[in-house]
Amino acid sequence: MELLKGEKEAILKHTKEIFQEFEAKRENLIPILQEVQKRLGYLPRLAMQKIAEFLGIPPVDVFALATFYNQFRLNPPGKNEIKVCMGTACYMVGGKIALESFERRLNIKEGQTTPDREYSLERVACVGCCTLAPVVVVNEQIEGKVSPTRVDGIILSLQGEKSKEGEEANEDTKEKLKGEKQ
Amino acid sequence: MTAAALLEHYSKLKEEALKKKEQEQKQPLIMVGTASCGIAAGALEVKEAFLKEIKKHKLQASVQEVGCMGYCYAEPIAIISKPGFPPLCYGNVDEGLVKLLVQSFLIEDDPCYEYALVALEPNDIFPTFSDFPRGVYEHKIIMEHCGFIDPEEIDHYLVHDGYAALAKVLSQKPEEIIEIIKSAKLRGRGGAGFPAGIKWEACRKAAGEEKYVICNADEGDPGAFMDRSILESNPHQVIEGLAICAYAVGASQGYFYIRAEYPLAVKRVQKALQQAREKGFLGKNIMGSGFNLEIEIFQGSGAFVCGESSALVSSMEGKMGLPRHRPPRLTSSGYRGKPTVINNVKTFSYVPAIIRKGADWFKSIGTEDSPGTAVFTLVGKVKNKGLVEVPMGTTLRQLIFDVGEGPPDDKQFKAVQIGGPSGGCLPESALDIPIDFDSLKEAGAIMGSGGLVVLDEDDCMVAIARYFLEFTQQESCGKCTFCRLGTKHILDILTDITRGEGTMESLQILQELAEDVKDGSLCNLGKTAPNPVLTTLKYFKDEYLAHIMEKRCPALMCKEITLYYILPEKCTKLCNVCVGSCPTEAIFTREDGIKVIDQGKCVKCDNCRKTCPPEHDAVVKLSPAILPEEGGEKK
Repeated sequence: MELLKGEKEAILKHTKEIFQEFEAKRENLIPILQEVQKRLGYLPRLAMQKIAEFLGIPPVDVFALATFYNQFRLNPPGKNEIKVCMGTACYMVGGKIALESFERRLNIKEGQTTPDREYSLERVACVGCCTLAPVVVVNEQIEGKVSPTRVDGIILSLQGEKSKEGEEANEDTKEKLKGEKQ
Repeated sequence: MTAAALLEHYSKLKEEALKKKEQEQKQPLIMVGTASCGIAAGALEVKEAFLKEIKKHKLQASVQEVGCMGYCYAEPIAIISKPGFPPLCYGNVDEGLVKLLVQSFLIEDDPCYEYALVALEPNDIFPTFSDFPRGVYEHKIIMEHCGFIDPEEIDHYLVHDGYAALAKVLSQKPEEIIEIIKSAKLRGRGGAGFPAGIKWEACRKAAGEEKYVICNADEGDPGAFMDRSILESNPHQVIEGLAICAYAVGASQGYFYIRAEYPLAVKRVQKALQQAREKGFLGKNIMGSGFNLEIEIFQGSGAFVCGESSALVSSMEGKMGLPRHRPPRLTSSGYRGKPTVINNVKTFSYVPAIIRKGADWFKSIGTEDSPGTAVFTLVGKVKNKGLVEVPMGTTLRQLIFDVGEGPPDDKQFKAVQIGGPSGGCLPESALDIPIDFDSLKEAGAIMGSGGLVVLDEDDCMVAIARYFLEFTQQESCGKCTFCRLGTKHILDILTDITRGEGTMESLQILQELAEDVKDGSLCNLGKTAPNPVLTTLKYFKDEYLAHIMEKRCPALMCKEITLYYILPEKCTKLCNVCVGSCPTEAIFTREDGIKVIDQGKCVKCDNCRKTCPPEHDAVVKLSPAILPEEGGEKK
């Protein structure tokens, strides 16, 4: 994914700061990656290269770890992060249906971010609210018993919040929703 | 240091805690369960509401956050203890109930019994836990205080004899402690059930000064959350267990390996470690005994395979979490190549109680070869979902039908999935198996970490097996060929079957492949990955056959071979609910007013079936996916 304006500078600034907190030891690789993701929201390619330089290891080792562990993401998160629970209990009562509904509405697949970086969609393992299944976590807020109708409701309310902020709404998705409502 | 001096040091600290507690009990105390599950259900709002109401009425009462007591279906939960009344527990609390309770109970002395769930102490008015079937079967050891103490307050743990076991062992010889744990036959609760005492002894005897103790809190099973719950509800208990282990094996550095997906658990353990340091239970020269111990947290990054101890160590060293060949065992060459003990959260949690009450007490609970209790997350199609702690040897039937009260809505029980992706599905006929490490293994499932998902007639067993294989296939680290490619191939075959494209030949391959993956994998992830397939093939072969021969899913769950159909004779023509509910505009109104589903557009989301008013109940699922003839109906 393309870097936004000023993002490169931010990456360089943050990685530099982070490197001051850690010893250049291989053991610190995961904590460093975690800290980078905490600050930047994801692991940009540039940051991984910088980490490799800092630790004196080949970039492929950093990349291997970043792709091995589920916690790390290589795509920037959307402004609105949507996580669909795929624990056993949720799966049994329609977690997949909720995931597919989001995929259809946002026109992206799980693990992706919309090109305007408004929404990102992920599947997560159990969030531990099995009694509310199927569960969707929208911007850290837990939504229980999510049906396809509720999916539309969630997206509409997120767009509502956005237009309230006076920004331009995500034309693409909005028009689509409108068309489908008619 | 003598035992007497240690005891005196400890008694002083406990005395202070008791005094503080006495002070607290003089006024009404409200406890709100705020583990992750409670927070998800709205516990923080409930807490705020209590604070607001108390302030509004200018009352003398305090509000505390406590952990989770395991009654997930009733979250958010609040406990109110007011002098003169037994402490009462209220379930499904919302803002309205908060207002009512503050007004009627705190101000006017009417406890609103109609809303109360249970009383916590025996009394003449209201039933306690032991008056319900669940309370009769339950025997709480490690969850005894979960949900009743503030996890961020070390004094609450001290009041309940917290850290007494640590004070006791510090005057004893490490070998004596290992002997107690060995004779208590404490088995590791991480899944495999390896005797903890033997592990500790091996580490104790291993050469070298530098040793490590690690608490494995990398709980990755979908549907299991007891480790998280214990860490969030009573972190000091785990810290104490870990400290005792460190003393016994001779380690001065300990780690908590906690999933980064459990931020609240990380936060509470961090706080607990801080408090333990301040009180002198951690750090240099603990309680004047000369024993040093530091504990740090390492945040795991979410790889299921890291639950395997050699993979866990590898990930702590900043590498990919790949398991390795053993021997050498971790007890001789573990973290940084030094002798290391890795035990599960629950295993460490039992240790303080065993030290305090003795090995014989522990052995009196549970079965001969698996003493103690088992903690299960009871979820799925069962009425009383939640965390349950029962003695080993309790049967699955008792657990599901007496404690959990069976499937809701009068549905028929079909199977129970036990042990997560490494476990298996057991049918009704296997329900009288007692729960212990060995019996479950014999039946083809495993104890695992204790996830227990109840399935009813609406759940397709092939789809369940496919779901777990999808999980293990994604989580396979890729080291062993059989696990990496075998699970993928099994998944492909299962996917074909759920699509109605399976053949009898593929069923044969499935069986052989499952056996091969079991034999050809290094670690337990691969060795147990085929379990869901093998057990469903063993107990539910008829469902596989229905998918293959008739292209029919008996549970009407597999989408590709079911379709949605509106029964013309039942459709009322007058309402439009289904049309509005359809996210893809697949439903239209026929000339005669009856609604029809355009099968080409239908995404089978189940919305129309759910929204069709119950008096009509016109939408049905059909499998195999063949539209019925509408002979005389057409006009």
